[in-house]
Amino acid sequence: MIPEIGHYALVLALALAILQTVLPIWGARAGDEALMRVGPPLAIAFAGFVILSFAALVAVYVQSDFSVVNVVENSHSMKPLLYKITGTWGNHEGSMLLWVLVLALFGGTVALFGSNLPSRLKANVIGVQGSIGVAFLLFILLTSNPFLRMVPAPAEGRDLNPILQDIGLAIHPPLLYLGYVGFSVTFAFAIAALIDGRIDAAWARWVRPWALAAWAFLTVGIAMGSYWAYYELGWGGWWFWDPVENASLMPWFAGTALIHSAVVMEKRDALKVWTILLAILAFSLSLLGTFLVRSGVLTSVHAFATDPTRGVFILAILVAFIGGSLALFAWRAPLLRQGGIFAPVSREGALVLNNLLLTASAAAVLVGTLYPLALEAFNGEKITVGPPYFNVTVGALMLPVAFAMPFGPLLAWKRGDLVGVGQRLMAAFALALVAAGVVAVATEGGPVLAPFGIGLAAFVILGAVTDLAERAGLGRVSPGTMLARLRGLPRAAYGTMLAHAGIGICLLGIVAETSWSSERIIGAKPGDAFPVGGFELRLERLEPRTGPNYRDVAAVFSVRRGGVEEGTVESSKRIFTARNMPTTEAGIRTFGFSQLYVSVGDELPGGGIGVRAYYKPLVTLIWLGAVVMALGGALSLSDRRLRVGAPKPARRKQPAALPAAAE
Amino acid sequence: MLLWTAFALMTGAAILAVLWPLRARAVGPAAPDAAADLAVYRDQLSEIERDRASGLIGEAEGEAARTEIARRMLRAADETAPVPDGSDTRRRAAAVVALVGVPLIAGGLYLALGSPELEGQPLAARLDARPEQADIAVLLRKVEGHLESNPDDGRGHEVVAPIYYRLGRVDDAARAWSNAIRLLGPNAARETGLGEALTAAAGGVVTADARQAFARAVAADPDSVKARYYLGLAAEQDGRKDEAGAIWGKLAADSPPDAPWLPTVRAGLERVGAPLPPVAAPAMPGPGAADVAAARDMTPEQRATMIRGMVEGLAQRLAQNGDDLDGWLRLVRAWSVLGEADKAKAAAGDARRHFADDAKATGRIDALTQELGLGS
Repeated sequence: MIPEIGHYALVLALALAILQTVLPIWGARAGDEALMRVGPPLAIAFAGFVILSFAALVAVYVQSDFSVVNVVENSHSMKPLLYKITGTWGNHEGSMLLWVLVLALFGGTVALFGSNLPSRLKANVIGVQGSIGVAFLLFILLTSNPFLRMVPAPAEGRDLNPILQDIGLAIHPPLLYLGYVGFSVTFAFAIAALIDGRIDAAWARWVRPWALAAWAFLTVGIAMGSYWAYYELGWGGWWFWDPVENASLMPWFAGTALIHSAVVMEKRDALKVWTILLAILAFSLSLLGTFLVRSGVLTSVHAFATDPTRGVFILAILVAFIGGSLALFAWRAPLLRQGGIFAPVSREGALVLNNLLLTASAAAVLVGTLYPLALEAFNGEKITVGPPYFNVTVGALMLPVAFAMPFGPLLAWKRGDLVGVGQRLMAAFALALVAAGVVAVATEGGPVLAPFGIGLAAFVILGAVTDLAERAGLGRVSPGTMLARLRGLPRAAYGTMLAHAGIGICLLGIVAETSWSSERIIGAKPGDAFPVGGFELRLERLEPRTGPNYRDVAAVFSVRRGGVEEGTVESSKRIFTARNMPTTEAGIRTFGFSQLYVSVGDELPGGGIGVRAYYKPLVTLIWLGAVVMALGGALSLSDRRLRVGAPKPARRKQPAALPAAAE
Repeated sequence: MLLWTAFALMTGAAILAVLWPLRARAVGPAAPDAAADLAVYRDQLSEIERDRASGLIGEAEGEAARTEIARRMLRAADETAPVPDGSDTRRRAAAVVALVGVPLIAGGLYLALGSPELEGQPLAARLDARPEQADIAVLLRKVEGHLESNPDDGRGHEVVAPIYYRLGRVDDAARAWSNAIRLLGPNAARETGLGEALTAAAGGVVTADARQAFARAVAADPDSVKARYYLGLAAEQDGRKDEAGAIWGKLAADSPPDAPWLPTVRAGLERVGAPLPPVAAPAMPGPGAADVAAARDMTPEQRATMIRGMVEGLAQRLAQNGDDLDGWLRLVRAWSVLGEADKAKAAAGDARRHFADDAKATGRIDALTQELGLGS
């Protein structure tokens, strides 16, 4: 019964989504308050049924109900409970349902907390959200239905792809989707503004928290994905410029631009049209990203012969939403009132520069990702656009972004004083130079550009701190006043500082890892010892073991540094019995911010085993930097000035989450 | 019934979500849009005041910002116009759309896509089901579970090995046979089964391991036909045609003239160019040597077509002359193997009608249908 309940809940959700698209927008067009008021309860009921449906799918996975095709294809009764649950979204169908779940949760949140939004704006936003729900639910129900049944039911499933049997699957996709789908809210606001032909003052205030939340989730989601690939794939790399990774990076660039231009819009009533365009772009790239990852936009076109409906459907959704919204933009944007003028050298000017460079980066990644796919689709030629292209283009665009970053927050609105700002950044700049110099001396003979990279990273971090120090009046007022001022600073100021410093921290990790990693690839037999990056590793033994649904051979290494025992590290080769598929479990030991990384390969004919060992200095800073960035976003989000724009849900009559659906 | 009640309740809740806010004059008219703008501007003003008070911005800057916001407020105030509360006609239309549309869309789509007749089948419940209700897949699983906790039960391995082989899980079959041999000791049947599974796992190539298994089988029982046939095949695949011819020639000579494997052996002899033993009149028309030889070079689809053609030929022959009980049994089994359960059942029914007075014959038919799980 559970699978059918889930299936019917999904179908009901579609019916509600259709009404949610039609009724509120009709009401807004006709100026009918009663119809507009239908929006929020509909969005909440929609969320309720999607939650019910998703819960049913999870239950079916947990019960190992092999009468459901999706469970047979992606689960196994011997899998640990955690992976039974995460396996729900570890496949195409389930992950699309997770996408819709996140969409429904966001839509429900807008409905619940949107009571002080202008009613026409709210009706339109909820309507646009409904239309996204309609498209995705139709896609799921007609081409990727996770609730299809099978008779007779097999007694065992085919197991989840072993690479996905990892805690990473529990964290990475939900975070990433919270990011992707979060931009659907800003998209809905943008489309609502275009439909109405006007932007309220509340618009930017309302868009900014959603953009910030989506951005923060996306940032952690990407970092989490990168770390997962790093330890799970066993190659020791943390970024591969793979289409799947680029798919998440593009909306990140657009989203980063969006949170900055939304500030200008809120504070200065300027860059309205541009902000709307960015909101559209961020979500369009999220859609593209979703489909690139899930089934491949162009591979799905390729797969016409086997499953034409799915490919056609994906293309139709992309064309309808991206093409439709851009057409609407071209038609309606000229109606929007422009406001707020500013000099080129000003906070606004700096943010425009940031926006240009970020969108250019997104475009560079887009070209590099889609060009080979498009070429292959049209004439079957296979080319690879590799890391050199991305490193050069994105690197060249991000360097000025990093260098200009400390200047931005210090510039005044409207009209800025570049020389004055430069003077105030002198201390940061001097310290960065010292850092670069020290690094250059200490690593003489190493990569020439590395000291510059370290210097730039230091400048970014110190520049972020300088901004805060300046606002507190460092050196101009007494320490007591300074503390008081620091306390009085809005949390958004700390958020900016953290987010910008996070970029610097991340940069530090990237430069250190790419410049000074040491690598060693050898074949080792038990008892063999070899040095890597100041450590000495000794293969102590090879141990066969048995897990719940796999067998593995673990290689245990003892670690010594300068003759001192540092414990052991172990890496293993796993064979998952159901799919007969091997994976490598890398062994990682963290020393400070640096890591020792060992991964074993195949067993060698002579009785030994292939070993790759790396020492990666400061590598963890890459991901910690991203976490710091996201923390900055969260801090900004909690700023009272944004909360002013939001109502106080605690005072609502009904605190229950889903009143309408539950009754 | 419970399921449909649940569906009805869910549909009702969904419709209620639309009707509830539509109920007559639920709330008074909303504030005009400009009111929300004004609220935002007031927030901005007080924020500037706070910043100025804490010394974050200067007096002059604060004044400039205040002026700018005040200008926006004036403009917003100009736009203030009340929002109409909407018409009853539209409200009624929306209510009708919800009342009719929701059940129509949801019900229609669900009936097209869903499987309301299927119960949920959680694995735990299936494993707990009484044996006569359990499905083959679950039974096999149970044996597997038993073997996992009692890996030394050689009989168990021996029982599941041929089932694995028939299900195409040849690797599992090979493992089960090895376990059976390890635990129960070697004999010709087990070694042959192992060799056969290994050969199938290698895509029809008699590997060295498989050949050794067959050799052990022949050593244990010189009469084991299958093992001898495969040894010949191994020799042929290794290019030792003379040896293959010798093995198969001896096998053919040792076989009764109506042995069912003779055509296959003859086909092999023909391939390696060895002299053919005299043909006995075939008791049953199996696939001719030429057919089998031809089948070797066919694609799986072609082969399936050929087999189907032969089965249909058999069915026709039996329709004309139905006195051949073995023929009927072969037909039932063939349809079942081809996945045509309905035709198999029909054939069994025809056979039963034909041998209605022959208790022994109907007994054999029933035994077969039971073995094939066709029910009756």
